[in-house]
Amino acid sequence: MNLDFLAAGSGGWLSGAGPDSDIVVSTRIRLARNLATFPFSSRASSHQKAEIEQILRDRLGQIELKTPLEYLPLAGLGPLDRQFLVERQLISRELAGGEGARGVAFAPDESVSVMVNEEDHLRMQVMRSGLALESAWECMDDLDNRLERRIAYAFHEEFGYLTACPTNVGTGMRASIMLHLPALEYTRQSEQVFRALQKIHLEVRGLYGEGSRASGHFYQISNQVTLGKNEESILKDIQGVIPAVIRYEKDAREAWSRSDKVALNERIRRALETLRTATMMTSEEAMELLSLVRLGVTMGLVDELTLPVLNQLFIHTQPAHLQKLAGRALDSEQRNAARARYLQARLEGKGPEATGIDSDSTA
Amino acid sequence: MKCQRCTRQATHHITEILGDDSIEQIHLCPSCADSYLKLPIAAKTGTGEPKVVEENQGAAEEGPLVAKQCPSCGLRFVDYRNTSRLGCPQDYIEFRDELVPLLESIHGERCHVGKVPSRLEENQRLQAELAKLRKDLAKAISTEKYEDAARLRDAIRKIEMA
Repeated sequence: MNLDFLAAGSGGWLSGAGPDSDIVVSTRIRLARNLATFPFSSRASSHQKAEIEQILRDRLGQIELKTPLEYLPLAGLGPLDRQFLVERQLISRELAGGEGARGVAFAPDESVSVMVNEEDHLRMQVMRSGLALESAWECMDDLDNRLERRIAYAFHEEFGYLTACPTNVGTGMRASIMLHLPALEYTRQSEQVFRALQKIHLEVRGLYGEGSRASGHFYQISNQVTLGKNEESILKDIQGVIPAVIRYEKDAREAWSRSDKVALNERIRRALETLRTATMMTSEEAMELLSLVRLGVTMGLVDELTLPVLNQLFIHTQPAHLQKLAGRALDSEQRNAARARYLQARLEGKGPEATGIDSDSTA
Repeated sequence: MKCQRCTRQATHHITEILGDDSIEQIHLCPSCADSYLKLPIAAKTGTGEPKVVEENQGAAEEGPLVAKQCPSCGLRFVDYRNTSRLGCPQDYIEFRDELVPLLESIHGERCHVGKVPSRLEENQRLQAELAKLRKDLAKAISTEKYEDAARLRDAIRKIEMA
């Protein structure tokens, strides 16, 4: 499969639609499942991994879904394509960097992806724009039920769904909400909020999950506990705290705007100006500036850009996306130039295809 | 030498490798060592990175955790401690005694209360049957009964691919 056709678009979960989408970017629910009859991926022989892939690929092809999943084996994919799928949040860094038979089945609208032979044999995820735990769970549960009719899952009456790592055993479910919290961060209140969340066993992580920095002031809040609570009550716990986090962020925005409106406005306009005029830009700087502009758009201080375009720019300015859009490999310096050119063009209102990103940076 | 956590004699001398140049020596009695070794590595060192643990034991008998091995996948509990990954579904049954306290410390609970597969009984029958066949296979190989081993291998494969 050629992935280039994906590069110019972005997943439906980035559409900027859905409830509270000014602060809640997206909802994701993931289930970990294993076949009852094989060792877990890390202990399976290469021959067994190939068999697991074959079985799961087969069964995934048999289930009837509104939008059928397309299977992409990772073994034949180069590092750039693998990195591209990570940036897209269709696969994990662990799957990208793994070895042997493995792959991903995903829906063309990127709302569903199923990793095969990650840490667990199956890692299925459903993505939604905005705060949509209920509809995401409905879709996830349905996919799980359909697969379960064709696969004997590893399950134990006492411990639930058995996973390679005991931190996921039980429901095997991780539900996470991605939020954009720039005001909490700039007013130095984020630590306090996150500590309170951790006390009630919720985990807070950066944009790309475990171990990643919270670049662009994006945070994922997810459940830590998977055993001893059913799916509905885990989801209810998360659903219960999100309004409070949204409230804190909104309060911080209002307080900031009341106390220092001129300076806030100035900071956002300058960020926009830098994005428009810079000739070199690192990924970190782009994230930081785009985050400020996103804050400006959601506060009504910037009206020349829309949320869907901004959400897309966060993804399109990542290294692998830039190279896909340029149609060739770029080293780090070339990427910084290409990123600046791309941002300039998009802020002038051009579409992703018409940005002239591939013109030679040394010219 | 006395155990660092109680007054008994220390028989387990554990070297935790914390980083490139730093190590920590811990001296414990058999029972304190047993509970220490059950802790996930992250809980002891504060990082999620798997670390290799060396166990230099004195004249005392081999620790039960090192010797115990899953007959189905061959994983020893010490392998889990080093990698934070279990080897197969059967490990949850083989290492039940070691895992229950761990699950309680991670989740605060030890029993699943959520969704259950609709074909639960069939799944469990398959799991149990496979575990038994793999155990028999290991025995057949170690006693050089290769005809039995071949037959068992075919039976395992048949279930795996079902």
